Amino acid sequence: MSEHIVPVRVYVTIFLVLLVGTLLTVMAAFYDFPGRLNTIVAMTIATTKATFVVLYFMHVRYSIRLVWVIVASALFWMAIMFALTFSDYWTRDWMRVGY
Amino acid sequence: MPPGSKTVKSIRFVILNSPCLLFVIFVPLVANISMRPIEYYEPPVPSKVNYINAQYGLKSWLLTRDHKRIALLYLGSITFFFFIGGLYALMIRLELLTPQGDFLQSATYNKVFTQHGIIMIFFFLIPSIPATLGNFLVPMMIGAKDLAFPRINLLSWYIYLLGGVVTIYALLAGGVDTGWTFYTPFSTTFSNSYVVATGLGIFINGFSSILTGLNFIVTIHTMRAPGMTWFRLPLFIWAHYATSLIMILGTPVIAITILLLAFERVSRVGIFDPALGGDPILFQHLFWFYSHPAVYIMILPSMGVISELIANFSRKNIFGYSFVAFSSLAIAVFGFLVWGHHLFVTSQSVYAGMIFSFLSFAVAIPSAIKVFNWTATLYKSSISYDTPMLYALGFIGLFTVGGMTGLFLASLAVDVHLSDTYFVVAHFHYIMVGGALMGYLGGLHYWWPKITGRMYPEGWGRFSALVIFVGFNLTFLPQFVAGYLGMPRRYHAYPPEFQVFNVLSTAGASILGFGMLIPAIYFVWSMRYGKRAEANPWHLPGLEWRTQSPPPTENFEVTPIVTWEAYEFAPAEETEVIGKFKPELEQI
Amino acid sequence: MADVMNSHATTSGTHGHRALQHHFENMEQQREAGTLGMWVFLVTEIMFFGGMFLAYTLYRSKYPAAFASASNHLDITLGALNTGVLILSSFTMAMAVYFTQVGKRRPQIFCLIATLILGLTFLGVKAKEYHDKYEDRLIPGYLIPGAPFGPAVQKEGEPPDHHKLHLLPGATVEQVQMFYWIYFAMTGMHALHMIIGAGLLTFLLIFSIKGRFDPEYHSPVEVIGLYWHFVDIVWIFLFPLLYLLGRHFEHG
Repeated sequence: MSEHIVPVRVYVTIFLVLLVGTLLTVMAAFYDFPGRLNTIVAMTIATTKATFVVLYFMHVRYSIRLVWVIVASALFWMAIMFALTFSDYWTRDWMRVGY
Repeated sequence: MPPGSKTVKSIRFVILNSPCLLFVIFVPLVANISMRPIEYYEPPVPSKVNYINAQYGLKSWLLTRDHKRIALLYLGSITFFFFIGGLYALMIRLELLTPQGDFLQSATYNKVFTQHGIIMIFFFLIPSIPATLGNFLVPMMIGAKDLAFPRINLLSWYIYLLGGVVTIYALLAGGVDTGWTFYTPFSTTFSNSYVVATGLGIFINGFSSILTGLNFIVTIHTMRAPGMTWFRLPLFIWAHYATSLIMILGTPVIAITILLLAFERVSRVGIFDPALGGDPILFQHLFWFYSHPAVYIMILPSMGVISELIANFSRKNIFGYSFVAFSSLAIAVFGFLVWGHHLFVTSQSVYAGMIFSFLSFAVAIPSAIKVFNWTATLYKSSISYDTPMLYALGFIGLFTVGGMTGLFLASLAVDVHLSDTYFVVAHFHYIMVGGALMGYLGGLHYWWPKITGRMYPEGWGRFSALVIFVGFNLTFLPQFVAGYLGMPRRYHAYPPEFQVFNVLSTAGASILGFGMLIPAIYFVWSMRYGKRAEANPWHLPGLEWRTQSPPPTENFEVTPIVTWEAYEFAPAEETEVIGKFKPELEQI
Repeated sequence: MADVMNSHATTSGTHGHRALQHHFENMEQQREAGTLGMWVFLVTEIMFFGGMFLAYTLYRSKYPAAFASASNHLDITLGALNTGVLILSSFTMAMAVYFTQVGKRRPQIFCLIATLILGLTFLGVKAKEYHDKYEDRLIPGYLIPGAPFGPAVQKEGEPPDHHKLHLLPGATVEQVQMFYWIYFAMTGMHALHMIIGAGLLTFLLIFSIKGRFDPEYHSPVEVIGLYWHFVDIVWIFLFPLLYLLGRHFEHG
């Protein structure tokens, strides 16, 4: 069986990191960062937590390259959906045509 | 020229009787004129054990895990839905014979074209080739015993049936009149039809699509036979792999869109209703994010079939194999970037429109590459005009017309004129019927001997292919003109100046319908009375031809070890046969 | 997706493990196919939730004040608690997979039970939250026919009542309804996935107790673990997006 067995201490560490991240994000929520930074901070912490879950709990770090490609593709396609949709919404006010 | 003269009389005679004369000329011309002898072998004893006679009984079919039996189950249900969708088409064309709305009321007509679209798209075109030919052939072409998840394969068929039952219930209960596009806020707030029920049927059906795609991707990645490298795969497999990618990435988005639509309809919150603070364009973005790639789900498998047909019936390696393979993937990827071209005439931003227009032109390039490669394959090759090849040649021409007219629609300014006219209707029917359906029929004919162990009657096959080709063009070519001249789509009454186009179109539709009935009849006939086919009736190098027809349940008696490239044509005696099975052993 | 209900594993006699399916060559191939299948399925789930995240992003950018007001009305304690519960359940799930890989059945079963209990706890807390929303008349539209959307709004000078909606400047009740349909759609869909996950865990538990899994064959545990972690990740994003939007307004 060529399966990689992740040691327990890795799981425990990641678990603690996730708890700390949750604490951080709650604390950061009460602090008013300038402008858009609130969202950016919150999303950065969330993305970091998610990355740790994906890499370690879901074993992607120890998986074959195909799994990395699959995960990356999913994120890429979500990005396409967001980017092209917002290419519409965020440029609507740039030029009013006919009205 | 005096009216009573013999010349005039003979001209009149020819014109008035031309349909009959054409028939008289066509039938002898195509019936039983084989350009290349097809050898049949009639075993003097009943056929060997194969997947059809391995087990008997309804339960052995309804609870099967064999991908080949599941493919046949799908074949039956898909044909059923095709006829229902065809009936709706018949009603549309009957109504449009006359400019007045006299056959159907406008509300009923709305339901008819909506349901024609829903049935044809979701219950016929999207599953057609992947679920029938794909299910049957993907494991065989890669040298596997079955798909990766056989029970999930069966589950996908049951889910398909469940979705079909729910949708048919909605149709019988009263139907839906929003157009297959379900645009809001009409569908959420104002329509009095069975939107939620139909949406639920489509939602359920989506899972069938997802499971099929999932199965194909995992199978192609993990279950290829030894020696079957990626670039030895038939292009049919590449096409289905690309299709599966689209199914996986796109279908969930329409699933959530339908759920939100149902949620809004039930709760009357303003998700997509501008009066309540929502945005109807959000619905269109979400809807078309799937529905545009969906059209690539419909055409890519067909292109895969065409690659097989062109290479095999011209007995020449496909020109530019890797270009065709990569263009399948390119279509799958680019297809996700162009959905905004359905929103050109909405309040979508002009800048986004420009981006989508540019990308829509770009997505035509891989398709064009394929057409060029197929044409180059035909050059200096040994073409046999068997029925499958007729369909393939028809595809190339008709798909090109469809694709080019798509470019008209991709141009922002021209689309403003052509949007919501019959030009659009003609464009997508050229692709879906002239493209996807031709590929489906061609593939069915090509692999029929492998699937059933019987040959269809070749003369009737060629005849019906020609009838379908003529009928199809007569139906949809006038619609381009009508649309360009301004006839709107989805109207049951129209100004009288468009009548001549509609009459031609309906006449063509009758011919098309007649043409499609013929294969339905002779395929069924052939299953009982058709000539028995040997393992490799077309003498081709593909892996699926190296096992008996019909195949045994486990596909190959021993696991093949592939040492040859795709489309490597060699004399029949040199074609390596898999396992103990040898052609001469058939003579029991 | 591995075949969870793999109680009739066929064997042709020449293959090793009793759980090897007839169309696979060996357990390695079967395991790889199962894992890949689940990952492909998770891709569909990502795109599924992605549609709702898109709607959320759009409406949040349209109605920032309303979204912040509505978010403040959610119970942050329960939300944070649920986040902790779910992260812990992800940990116990990962441990269950670990114990199966090393063949320790008892700890494996214990971890599966713990994951299941934590998952049910999450659902219980969610139910309480939904009930609170129902009481405050925040269920959107006419979803509950007898209780249409109609929250009481906190007015100036009144004593602070945390059942009443405190609207930030620029927010209207109608826009707040937008937030709540997104909230119910997203958390509801998430809860549905948790329920399905709980069902899958129950199956896993039954088969684990029966001793079906061993270091050679534990694909269902691994694969359902992947599913469970995915549901956790969705919540990791939902929590800040729904609960923590406007907290910085509360404290100036």
